[in-house]
Amino acid sequence: MKILNCPLNGPRNISEFVWGGEVKPMPDPGAGSDRDWGAFVFLENNTAGVVREWWCHVPTSFWFIAERNTVTDEIIRTYPAGELFNERVEFAAKPKAGEGTR
Amino acid sequence: MTGMNRLPAPAGSLLDRSKTIAFQFEGRTYEGFAGDTVASALAANDVWILSRSFKYHRPRGILTMAGLDANTLVQIGDEPNVLADRRAISEGMIVEGQNYSGSLEHDSETWIEMFGRFLPPGFYYKAFYRPKGAWKFWEPFIRNRAGLGKVNTAAHHGYYDKEYLFADVAVIGGGPAGVAAALQAADAGAEVIVVDDGAQLGGSLTYARFDSNGRSGRALAEEAAQAVAARSNIRVLSGAVCTGNFADGWLAVIRGNRMYKLRAKASVIASGALEQPAVFRNNDLPGVMLGSAAQRLIRHYGVRPGREAVVVTANADGYAVAADLVAAGLAVNAIVDLRPDAQPSPHVTAAQQLDLRIITGSAAVEAVPTLGKRGISAALVAALNDDGTADAAAESIPCDLLCMSVGYTSLAHLLHHVGAEFAYNDSTHMYEPASLPAHLFAAGSVAGAHDLDAVVAEGRRAGSAAAHDAGFGAGAEPPAPIERGDRHHTHRWPIFPHKRGRDFVDFDEDLQVKDLVHGAADGYDDIELLKRYTTVGMGPSQGKHSAVAAVRILAKEMGRDLQDMKVTTQRPPFVPEKFGHMAGRVFEPGRRTAMHHRHIELGAKFMPAGLWWRPAYYGKPADRETAIRDEVLGVRNNVGLIDVSTLGGLDVRGPDAAEFLNRMYTFTYTKLAVGRSRYVLMTDQAGAVIDDGVACRFHDEHFYVTATTGGVDGVYRTMLFWNAQWRLNVDVANVTAAYAGVNIAGPRSREVLQKLCTDTDLSPAAFPYLGVRLATVAGVPCRLLRVGFVGELGYEIHMPAHYGEHVWDAIMEAGKPLGIRPFGVEAQRVLRLEKGHIIIGQDTDGLTHPYEADMAWAIAKGKPFFVGQRSIAIQNGKGLTRKLVGFTLTDASAPPPEECHLVVRGADIVGRVTSAVRSPVLGKVVGLAYVAPDQAEPGKSFDIKVGRGRVIQAQVIPIPFFDPENKRQEM
Repeated sequence: MKILNCPLNGPRNISEFVWGGEVKPMPDPGAGSDRDWGAFVFLENNTAGVVREWWCHVPTSFWFIAERNTVTDEIIRTYPAGELFNERVEFAAKPKAGEGTR
Repeated sequence: MTGMNRLPAPAGSLLDRSKTIAFQFEGRTYEGFAGDTVASALAANDVWILSRSFKYHRPRGILTMAGLDANTLVQIGDEPNVLADRRAISEGMIVEGQNYSGSLEHDSETWIEMFGRFLPPGFYYKAFYRPKGAWKFWEPFIRNRAGLGKVNTAAHHGYYDKEYLFADVAVIGGGPAGVAAALQAADAGAEVIVVDDGAQLGGSLTYARFDSNGRSGRALAEEAAQAVAARSNIRVLSGAVCTGNFADGWLAVIRGNRMYKLRAKASVIASGALEQPAVFRNNDLPGVMLGSAAQRLIRHYGVRPGREAVVVTANADGYAVAADLVAAGLAVNAIVDLRPDAQPSPHVTAAQQLDLRIITGSAAVEAVPTLGKRGISAALVAALNDDGTADAAAESIPCDLLCMSVGYTSLAHLLHHVGAEFAYNDSTHMYEPASLPAHLFAAGSVAGAHDLDAVVAEGRRAGSAAAHDAGFGAGAEPPAPIERGDRHHTHRWPIFPHKRGRDFVDFDEDLQVKDLVHGAADGYDDIELLKRYTTVGMGPSQGKHSAVAAVRILAKEMGRDLQDMKVTTQRPPFVPEKFGHMAGRVFEPGRRTAMHHRHIELGAKFMPAGLWWRPAYYGKPADRETAIRDEVLGVRNNVGLIDVSTLGGLDVRGPDAAEFLNRMYTFTYTKLAVGRSRYVLMTDQAGAVIDDGVACRFHDEHFYVTATTGGVDGVYRTMLFWNAQWRLNVDVANVTAAYAGVNIAGPRSREVLQKLCTDTDLSPAAFPYLGVRLATVAGVPCRLLRVGFVGELGYEIHMPAHYGEHVWDAIMEAGKPLGIRPFGVEAQRVLRLEKGHIIIGQDTDGLTHPYEADMAWAIAKGKPFFVGQRSIAIQNGKGLTRKLVGFTLTDASAPPPEECHLVVRGADIVGRVTSAVRSPVLGKVVGLAYVAPDQAEPGKSFDIKVGRGRVIQAQVIPIPFFDPENKRQEM
């Protein structure tokens, strides 16, 4: 069984973790085409190589980021989400009328 | 007497001759000594047939004595497929052979062998695919013949468990290489665990011959065991098998009824090599065994393996076997050496000094069976040509034991499991490890060393390297490498096909040379394809004796070079594991509420809800319908009490609490007044409904949010996921387990609660519907929520879990004069359905968006964002494909449809029923169903296909079904 190094709890069996998908920026939900939004929601790049992913240590519900090589199955680095997300996110605009029918 | 074949000590190092054990085999009683296996005890009593083969029901006996073949699978009581050469005998044990009709000695189905030529590889594919339906006819016959042993389906679950172990260095194999590695690693300071399948450390030292008098091996083994015992940082697991090597140094080890999960920083695999059978006619019969098996019988179990022997060999080890047989009192009638000349060796010299007959450049090409193939009477020997083929047999040499010592294959499974690469060595004729993954080391014969000095030296080097890898012995000089010496022990072509067959390559599956030749001719020219087509290597021993031979045959058939070929991938487990080992102890964690014992006293019938156990209803199963009905009427007409402790509870605190809920849920919470609650509906990024509950505002910066029983952990995790990105100033705590909860509901609930809650004005004006209060109930500080899932005046009371039983008792006591009765989940489901309230996960599925569920009212229109908002908008913009509606049946006497009964329009499926019940207060069936959008208006009708294809008509009616103006909950 693989070991994943949780930035909060240290190295633990990977059965204690769940995968949360690729780290990818959310496009402005009030702008952009339906197709682009659908791609953001449903598509993963499934990169062969180094990927940046969300992982959660289930017993402590701690979310963090892992960089992993999907070809060699090596976990390269894990770190708290705050390294990437260090500013308060605001959603300014309300979607326009006739929303999302393009 | 424990057997006519028993040899005196020092033979039989594993035996305790002071203890005699009686057991039964095939209905007869035999005696053995403590330390005997089933196979050794029977051999001592001159019983050599242990089972019959899978396909042809041929008699089979001892092959390896190492627990690594399928010839010795026996049935012990309820337990099928026990390895007779590993399982120790115990007093009164009842053992039977497998795969026979009638008796093991006289199998009435040996006739099947006569039809062997009609059973070529691919037989099923070729024979049963036409005419259509042929497989259905033949299947029962084939199923009856397939499989090994008998399973007692009524057998109880035995006791199995698991243990976690940790080591700096794990050493798999306690032979000379493994012991050397363990000592070296331990002396570097590492904590070492040695896993060894033997009863005593030493591996081949305990059974093979290393010197002229055959005693040095045992002395070395004892020395090794003492050296290991003298080190406190070495732990030895004897009689244990490592069955799998997994990522990051995780090793599965099975001993008895326990599975160890061993995590090691570095591992040394010193699992040794396995002798390989020669392939010739009747090489599978009892009496034909590996040379090492005969040595194990002698030295471990003090069993004389026969009376007259022939040894067929291609290395010095065969000569050592011959010397051991002579020492055990056998007549060795010939040593048949495949090589043109015996290479000089002390063992060869010893055999010459014993005046044994040595026939070089020849092979045993057939074993002559005795009557009924119960054993052998002679070996037919033929000269070999330069190309490795055999001439016609020239001589018959009498023997009842034919030992095979023609070569080895690495027991490299644990290296294969983690992706080690192997390459064929054209000089040693073996597949040897070419590259190993990190933190993994190999030593001894598994890595290609064979001479004892080289094995020990390489063991030391591996132990040193592993300790260093695990962080020990920095700066220490690794032991020096030495020459490997004679490495030519394996013959390149110990295969002598016979024109009349029975030259077995795979004993498990009864596969002969011609079966593999036919498979290759049928076009299966890759070993992985040939394996699956012919089933070679797919039996219980997984190709341990057949995989390399199969590759040799395929290479020859295809005219290819072995260096360009690989053996089939070896995957875990190394030996068969039982489901019991996987399951271990049966842990099914269950959560009980604080009031669980009160429910038991009240006669509750429980049902699972996630991990929780909740009362379904109170009463006997026979009275289920009336119990539920009375509980429903109790709430509608009087007052009822339900345990809602399992509901999820989340405390959301901080300056951004309201903003956070705005983003997580579809509604708006920024303007929600303190002391009020509001429905929450959560959707995922795709816009699907995933949870609901209520948000109670107890302070500007504090919301208490409820979630569904099964959904709360996911909701909590989702909230933390999003805020890991948003960085809002908010703290979320999952307080589900901290609070017990009850819902007191019914027109007289206020009357009851008033007796217990004196610090809060419960009047409708002071504490209206959807209000929330911090109040004292029965002396306990509680959170009071006026919510109405069941559609009556009611209060949810959430109290610290430790006071759950106290508050429950106080309410039941206070309600006694009014006839309060507890109600369960079943009644609650009826009550909520009468109100048309949906249950997430029952009335919604993984695709349901709020518009489909008719919950547009729960979506705030002016918010900049909530999770799922854009996706919902997109889906709604495309138009609905289905809608959830309330319905009743046009024919009032029709039975209620069941959940998932289909809503049909002609031949098309347009939806399904999600909930339906006959309402006691409405006197009719009401339910929820997905229907086509054009059927969703009240008054329209649609068809439901119920059991046995019957179609009934339903009519859309408005929700709520009961108390449409919601007056009762607002009293």
